[in-house]
Amino acid sequence: MNIWLVMLLGGVITFGMRFSLIYLFGKFEIPETMKRALHYVPPAVLSAIIFPEIFIRGNQLNLSLGNHRLLAGMIAIVIAYYTKNTLLTILAGMTALILLQIFM
Amino acid sequence: MKPHIQSFWDGVRAEAPLLIGVFPFGMIYGALALGAGLSPAASQMMSSIVFAGSSQFITTQLVLESAPGFVIILTIAVVNLRHMLYSASLAPYLKELPIKWKILLSYLLTDEAYAPSILKFEKEGVTATSHWFVFGAGFALWFNWQVSTAIGVFLGKAIPDEWPLDFTLPITFIAMVVPALKNRPMIAAALSAGVVALLAYSLPFKLGLILASLTGIFVGSLLERRKTLGEML
Repeated sequence: MNIWLVMLLGGVITFGMRFSLIYLFGKFEIPETMKRALHYVPPAVLSAIIFPEIFIRGNQLNLSLGNHRLLAGMIAIVIAYYTKNTLLTILAGMTALILLQIFM
Repeated sequence: MKPHIQSFWDGVRAEAPLLIGVFPFGMIYGALALGAGLSPAASQMMSSIVFAGSSQFITTQLVLESAPGFVIILTIAVVNLRHMLYSASLAPYLKELPIKWKILLSYLLTDEAYAPSILKFEKEGVTATSHWFVFGAGFALWFNWQVSTAIGVFLGKAIPDEWPLDFTLPITFIAMVVPALKNRPMIAAALSAGVVALLAYSLPFKLGLILASLTGIFVGSLLERRKTLGEML
């Protein structure tokens, strides 16, 4: 299949999903249980992306100290928890990973 | 300054720290797309047609592996399914807007635009200019994504493979999620989703991501319900 067609369909589907409920819930009310459940969307979705990125290296679970991404991720989590500062967290996490790669 | 312009810039400002993390990710996407054999024009246009980082990343991998078109489209759909959750979550706050605004803000609805917007709405509710805040956050990210893609496409192979630029994605997400973990149901939602994501990692088409997200949402809601019931008894 032509890559442009793939992109176009992928783009239309992505927009459709982003637009779907913003459009529909302008017309209907959101049920109360669902409203409550939606509070848990950010932690659930983002963690589902974060965990494999830092725990899985080369298609395998890697809990060793040799997993630099896991260590750097943990450092970022601690910094994020105590400072709640986005910029500081990103800089600390990246610096930690780069230093670990260079020195370990 | 007019209130709506003020609100727009507030959105841009709230987005700014996240841009530091997104920029390298956009660069590496641009370089990877080129490396996978996409033309510079296609690499660049994907960033405005699809405009969803992690799915663009995966698309370049699939193109490199010569996956069939329908597999790529299905994968894009599954990876971006979470945007439907964001759509549901923002919907009550955007309910009164004209359709043109709904279309614009839907197009700009990414992880990084959603995060500051939902915080703002949960804190201050809907105001006369709050949609301009979402627009500011979304537009800042969009602009940053187009420019970083272009630089990645331009530099291409000049970016050394050892540079761990792709790590900026999980790090940016950590910066967004950790400050939101204020109570036990939130923490449980994050942990359960993360563990399921690891267990279901080998499922095809990134289905593990959806399974993990739904688990986290379910666990969080269940614990909140138990807590509320406990307080009532």
